[in-house]
Amino acid sequence: MESILNAFLEAFKLVFSFDNEIYGIIGLTLTVTILSTAVASLIGLPVGVLLGSRNFRSKKLFMRVVNTFMGLPPVVAGLVVYIVFSSSGPFGKARILFTPLAMIIAQIIIILPVVIGLTEAASRTKALTIEETLRGLQIKGIKKYTLVLHESRYAVVSALLTAYGRAISEVGAVMMVGGNIQYRTRVMTTAIVLETSKGNFDRALALGLILLFISFVINSIMQIFQEVKQQQYENNFAGN
Amino acid sequence: MKKFKLIFILITLSFLLSSCSKNNNIITLATTTSVYDSGILNDIIPLFEKNTGFSVRVIAQGSGQALKTGEKGDADVLFVHSRQDEENFMQKGFGEKRAEIMSNHFIIAGPQNDPAGVKHAKNALTALTLINKSNAAFVSRGDQSGTHKKEMILWDMIDIKPFAEKWYFSAGKGMADVLMMADEMNAYVLSDKATFLAMQDRLKLKILVYDYSEYMKNPYSIIIVNSQKHKNINKQGAQKFFDFMTSEKVRNIINEFGKQQYGESLFVCD
Repeated sequence: MESILNAFLEAFKLVFSFDNEIYGIIGLTLTVTILSTAVASLIGLPVGVLLGSRNFRSKKLFMRVVNTFMGLPPVVAGLVVYIVFSSSGPFGKARILFTPLAMIIAQIIIILPVVIGLTEAASRTKALTIEETLRGLQIKGIKKYTLVLHESRYAVVSALLTAYGRAISEVGAVMMVGGNIQYRTRVMTTAIVLETSKGNFDRALALGLILLFISFVINSIMQIFQEVKQQQYENNFAGN
Repeated sequence: MKKFKLIFILITLSFLLSSCSKNNNIITLATTTSVYDSGILNDIIPLFEKNTGFSVRVIAQGSGQALKTGEKGDADVLFVHSRQDEENFMQKGFGEKRAEIMSNHFIIAGPQNDPAGVKHAKNALTALTLINKSNAAFVSRGDQSGTHKKEMILWDMIDIKPFAEKWYFSAGKGMADVLMMADEMNAYVLSDKATFLAMQDRLKLKILVYDYSEYMKNPYSIIIVNSQKHKNINKQGAQKFFDFMTSEKVRNIINEFGKQQYGESLFVCD
């Protein structure tokens, strides 16, 4: 009990301590996770909507592959990135290993299948429902897919939140390809591991609480955004 | 169905009960990554287990962490190399008995092409000064381990504080991990000789500075954790391990370790 109370106090102190190192760690965590989720969305949302709205011969097989990769152990993704970008590997010359870029790449590999898989599921049901209406209104091509995406936005936002959750809680891959280097590639999860290994449990717990808080805030913002959009939608209906 | 449920519950219960029983034949040894990664425990532990019937659970951490583990009573005996921290530990009463067992020396390893030109340095301190001057990449343990503490002492001796420099990388990892990282980055690194030799076929790095001065000495000690502070300490087991490690037989094993494989012994029992 005492150490939990200490942890809250320590967390409070840390956030308001103007300790540049802690701010750096928090900043890097947000940068890496938001960037990787953004890139994964940019690729994954269109792909997911396209897959959900169409049918083709090998679709079942393709979706099976996507769903399998959703369960890819993150540390395996880290291992692959490490081997590819290590100085004895094919892309070693790029010197990406032990930089935030390597961490972002590894995270994209981990969450892209999640975004694609969940977006496909979200848009599949919607696409079926509005298929007739769209055909009737002669809406095709990009306009059609944009509409499908828009109609399934609630579930899509859930998908993005899931993907983001995976990114921010990931520790194995970013540890391997980032190296947990002070001031450079240390994020909240790897910092917690280090503080624990040093025996600084109070500090580790404090970091954990901050991490929870960040996760909570981002989730809340997204959900409020969803609710506002839902409210606007309903208002429009009531107005007409 | 009901029968299956009953059998399942019984099996689960028996598993739980068996893991609950206090096993006085297990000793928990907290040691440093440099001891662990050198491989010497593979020669010593099985012999100990055979001779005494105890089984040893080895946890490899940095010395700083290992001492904290001992402080919390999560280990029975410690095998560490951080003299000042050890003396602190004993002074605060966390340890019952302490003995220096063996030692070797720290070395500085680096890329073969030696951009900082440390090969010509007359000692490690000059070498570090050269590294600082040339802004050559350097990877530090950064984890409060014995090696890390020694590195801090060396920088202090030449009055340099490289910690925020662009060429200084504080990794927060064990010895083998840091060697791999330094290898990847073509960086210089302070390492104990034993771990480096044990890793050298996997590394492109070479040992560039051999310095046998007193400040580069790396003594390892065994500490029995104070059983009066923690009820669960396996005092008997820890004492047996202590006696084993200080015995003539083991001193010979340590002195011989590595001679065949690397042409020189990795540790010295003085």
